[in-house]
Amino acid sequence: MAKPSGAEGLARRAAKPVMWVLCLLPLALILWDGFHGGLSAEPIKEVTHRTGKTALILLMVTLAVTPLRGLGAWNYLVQLRRPLGLFAFFYAVLHFSIYLTDQGFDPGFIVEDIVKHPYVTVGFTALLLLVPLAVTSTKASIKRLGGKRWQRLHRLVYVAAGLGVVHFYWLVKKDVREPLIFAAVFATLMAFRLPLLKRRPQPAPRSRAPRDAPAREADRAAG
Amino acid sequence: MLIKRPSDIPSSEITDERTYLNRRQFLAAAGMAAAAAAVPASLSASAGGGAAADDPTPYKDVTSYNNFYEFGTDKSDPAENAPGLLHTRPWTVTIDGLVRKPGRYAFDDLVKPYRVESHVYRHRCVEAWSMVIPWNGIPLRQILARAEPTPGARFVEFTTLLDPRQMPGQQRDVLDWPYVEGLRMDEAMHPLTLIATGLYNRPLLAQNGAPLRLVVPWKYGFKGIKSILRIRLTDRQPATAWNKAAPNEYGFYANVNPQVDHPRWSQARERRIGDFFKRATLPFNGYGDQVASLYRGMDLRRNF
Repeated sequence: MAKPSGAEGLARRAAKPVMWVLCLLPLALILWDGFHGGLSAEPIKEVTHRTGKTALILLMVTLAVTPLRGLGAWNYLVQLRRPLGLFAFFYAVLHFSIYLTDQGFDPGFIVEDIVKHPYVTVGFTALLLLVPLAVTSTKASIKRLGGKRWQRLHRLVYVAAGLGVVHFYWLVKKDVREPLIFAAVFATLMAFRLPLLKRRPQPAPRSRAPRDAPAREADRAAG
Repeated sequence: MLIKRPSDIPSSEITDERTYLNRRQFLAAAGMAAAAAAVPASLSASAGGGAAADDPTPYKDVTSYNNFYEFGTDKSDPAENAPGLLHTRPWTVTIDGLVRKPGRYAFDDLVKPYRVESHVYRHRCVEAWSMVIPWNGIPLRQILARAEPTPGARFVEFTTLLDPRQMPGQQRDVLDWPYVEGLRMDEAMHPLTLIATGLYNRPLLAQNGAPLRLVVPWKYGFKGIKSILRIRLTDRQPATAWNKAAPNEYGFYANVNPQVDHPRWSQARERRIGDFFKRATLPFNGYGDQVASLYRGMDLRRNF
């Protein structure tokens, strides 16, 4: 394949570093605010909300990769999908860790909270569903599982993202504008996956070594 | 002994206002400490550290971390929006309904006849955070007595301002505006129930409900209606804002009760603003000795 030139080439080369910077930015802002008294009078709650929201945003961005590629044929975006998903998982784990701190690491309180309060149950389930996806995010796993099975497994991300939206909606006391925006974005992204709306993206040009092929196949298919 | 005339007292010997006010605060705190000493040891132990656990929350946090949905649903919104938008002078309060002497009072006329008291109260939000706030105010019962309630008065209904230009949060129907709250008559007449006009010996800021707000320390914070415009005595339980919005989540009584969870979260513990770990929530926010008798015979799981 000819080396892409001009704007597209730049975008292709810049995509990954830009993604890394953008994904680490929320964490950097939390740390910055933490050192400058910008986390409100209740910092633990503020950090819980911020990490949770970031996880949800990144799940939505991850889900947006496939439709974007279909619309604009930006095939190079696909390489961002797995790292985006892993960043979403990273923030979800951070979110859960802070929640555990908030509960004083008391197993009794934590178990009771997860069992008794539906929004916690749902959030916890979403996190659990992301674990196997994070674990099998390596190329070796794709090879071991085979593209098709890997793809089926990774469709769990739809369920996890949906539960994440419900989790947010249920926890808000009254002003549900924000969770409704997430619900609308999620519904739109899922609509692109309906057979009616689904457009076959251009097959990705195969330029790499064959051992990379299963990963690419999975990347293409999991949309 | 020569009795000095005021002109003989050098200005350096006059107690400055700050010291004077601090002394009042000290007396209030001493009163609070005495009250704390009367609390059974088991309760103060579960509060997580005795008297020191009830240190007042910093003024900055009390005045910047607020739920006042009329100015936005973020806790930082009221401090940002309310001071520039809410006109607290002139302010007229109507007291009417089942009273012999209904009336409309300019804020100063309403407050003037009474001695402003200082009370350090724990403040427990339904969202499971809490503060300790040194309030200045007048017991509600004194204000009600002036209007002479008739024997038929069983409830008090409070209404705040309805003006979406001053209160931009009212441009969206987050709640059924204007905000309405209510108390049973015996709750309203209880000596702990305060109409606050200030905190930390300073006038109430708009975000805290200037010029006057309700403080009922054994109930969740949302009962403490802010910027009160009307006080009406009635013979039936008022339809209150949060109770109307979600009756299964926010009861009319809203007594702080660690045994009754909010449907979505536990009320067993709370985070005192400034603390890292949560502490146990006390029944009636720790004022059970004084108020539990009001609810004798009631099922507080149903009447939450």
